[in-house]
Amino acid sequence: MPEAPRDKGARKKIVAVGLMKKLMADHFYELDKAAKEGRPKVAWCTSVGPAELLRAMGFLVYFPENHGAVLGATRTANDYIPLANAIGYSPDICSYLTSDVGAFLKGETPLSKAYEGITSVPKPDVLVFNTNQCREVQDWFLWFGRRFKAPVIGVNSYRGVKDVTEAHVEGVAKQIEALVPTLEKVSGNKFDIDALRKTVALSLETTVLWKKVLETAAAVPSPITFFDGTIHMGPAVVLRGTQQAVDYYKALLPELEQRVAEKSGALENERHRLYWDGMPIWGKLREMAELFQSLNTNVVASTYCNSWIFDAFNPKDPFRSMARAYTELFIVRSDEAKEAYIESMVKKFKVTGILFHDSKTCPNNSNCRHGMPQRLKERLGIPFLVVYGDLNDLRCYSEEQAKTSIEAFVEQLER
Amino acid sequence: MFGGIDLGAANAKCVLMDANGVTLSKAACKTGASFASAAERVFADAIAALALSPGEAAGQRRAEIEAVCSTGYGRASTGLASLTRTEISCQALGCAHYFPGRALTIVDIGGQDTKVIRLDSTGARTDFRMNRKCAAGTGAFLEEMAHRLDIPLAEFDRMARTTSASAPISSFCTVFAATELIARIRTGESKESIIRGIFVSLVKRVRELDPLDGDVALTGGVVAYHAVVADLLSAEIGRRVLVPPDPQFTGALGAALVALKARGARGPE
Ligand code: SF4
Repeated sequence: MPEAPRDKGARKKIVAVGLMKKLMADHFYELDKAAKEGRPKVAWCTSVGPAELLRAMGFLVYFPENHGAVLGATRTANDYIPLANAIGYSPDICSYLTSDVGAFLKGETPLSKAYEGITSVPKPDVLVFNTNQCREVQDWFLWFGRRFKAPVIGVNSYRGVKDVTEAHVEGVAKQIEALVPTLEKVSGNKFDIDALRKTVALSLETTVLWKKVLETAAAVPSPITFFDGTIHMGPAVVLRGTQQAVDYYKALLPELEQRVAEKSGALENERHRLYWDGMPIWGKLREMAELFQSLNTNVVASTYCNSWIFDAFNPKDPFRSMARAYTELFIVRSDEAKEAYIESMVKKFKVTGILFHDSKTCPNNSNCRHGMPQRLKERLGIPFLVVYGDLNDLRCYSEEQAKTSIEAFVEQLER
Repeated sequence: MFGGIDLGAANAKCVLMDANGVTLSKAACKTGASFASAAERVFADAIAALALSPGEAAGQRRAEIEAVCSTGYGRASTGLASLTRTEISCQALGCAHYFPGRALTIVDIGGQDTKVIRLDSTGARTDFRMNRKCAAGTGAFLEEMAHRLDIPLAEFDRMARTTSASAPISSFCTVFAATELIARIRTGESKESIIRGIFVSLVKRVRELDPLDGDVALTGGVVAYHAVVADLLSAEIGRRVLVPPDPQFTGALGAALVALKARGARGPE
């Protein structure tokens, strides 16, 4: 058998990545076609909105946050953010929102570079949000709803939840159920509980596999990095509730397990293991990955990649289990619950330091602003570092300063 | 002999020391546009400042330098060094050298940023913080204010000491602080109290970085040229802050100590 191609670190390349590229291309072409032909209907959905319900009702689902991340990763976000600022969307609010709105105002999308023939994001027939992560998503969808004259509906979730109770679950489940009549009207399809059970079952299967993928990083050395994770999570994000997502992780997992068995680490020399809390700095993923590699330090686990693990999905009780899954999410929780979670991750992944990304335009996903790093340092006895930056707006990021503080942090760990 | 070169955003500093960790000479110059040439210059100046035996040329002394470590913003930009360390590590080492056996909270106010570094009593670093991407609370802030007031920066320390009054300056932002300053001039505040107010606001920005408990040591170019900052910070925290000799050289000194340690030479305890 010919040897699999190897990358710079002399590791075998992950073959499954080829499948992911195809799945992502199919996803965008399918959406583009549907938007052009008007069939099937297209629903825009927030990252942890009720995608299972939308799919069960026959919608193709598009995730603007994924588009936001693409704008960040392609470093085009800063071309567009000022356009949204100029129409009254402040530079201090979510830079996914401002870059996405700005790109639309300019009539551009990075998708056209990646996928020939696609010239625009797919026109929505309905936009469905869940404010479990932030209020920004609602404002974001309302802007597009006005532009496209499409209905904007959603779930207004609880925030800062310590323990998820029946009352929370009940409240959210009722709101999800209340979306059905509008979705029936827009899609022209009748709601079918068995179809929903099926998509919830597929989401559960995806999430179980994705969790196993991430947990391979508990091995020493870890076969993946956080930066790899932000790429591999694509299908878990945009194809949750489909067979394709399940297929992708079924292909990826054995490759990583093989690496673990061979003790083949993502880094040639993994001396330190860190946890990343907060958003990625999308425009600097490669630089960050290279920096950590040069410091023999692996960021092995993150709140961000873990945010697409939903243990609660249960096809027998679809609405309530969706409600629970969407509410148990890290970003929805109180600092107490978040700290307990990070503690368990620190132990599971054997990390010796925590990085907090203070993302200027996303207070919702910046957990270092209310004393959490200091409390965790006290509780866990491991040091932390706050990296100041942003998810998309590179005006808020000073590369030299970030590099120096990361290097200094690793020097501190060396002692 | 061992060398440490600290290539800061505003100034380059160099320390040369012997194998016992005793400083033999030091030099400083403006960094200017090129880190590499600033490094060459400051290194040559430090060598030139070494004591020579009769008949000995500076070039001969250069050959005695076994290892050089660079630090600071431009640390990767010079070929003179075989080692690099961040300024955070070097400040810590340099400061611990002067205050051995003490747990320290070091406040380093440089030309472009301010850092707080915590050391335990063994000199091991336990924590550090850097200011955000803003110049408020750094040397650059003072330069901008001097420019706005059209008063030489060298006069600031003396003028600030002539009064106990300080004009309040509350803005986070350097540009807005300058606007406030103009407003103070208009309302007839004395220049002295405005300048003292500028130092007070700088100290306040530092205060926001850390609780500053325990022994606090102050380093960096700002305190080297404006000793009033040490007085104001002492007043702010209610305890006398420690200032090492030549506080602008502690980073370079720490770098030289790294070079010395790396060569396995007998270092100071
Ligand atoms: S969670 Fe943060 S990054 Fe995500 S949409 Fe909300 S504000 Fe934007």
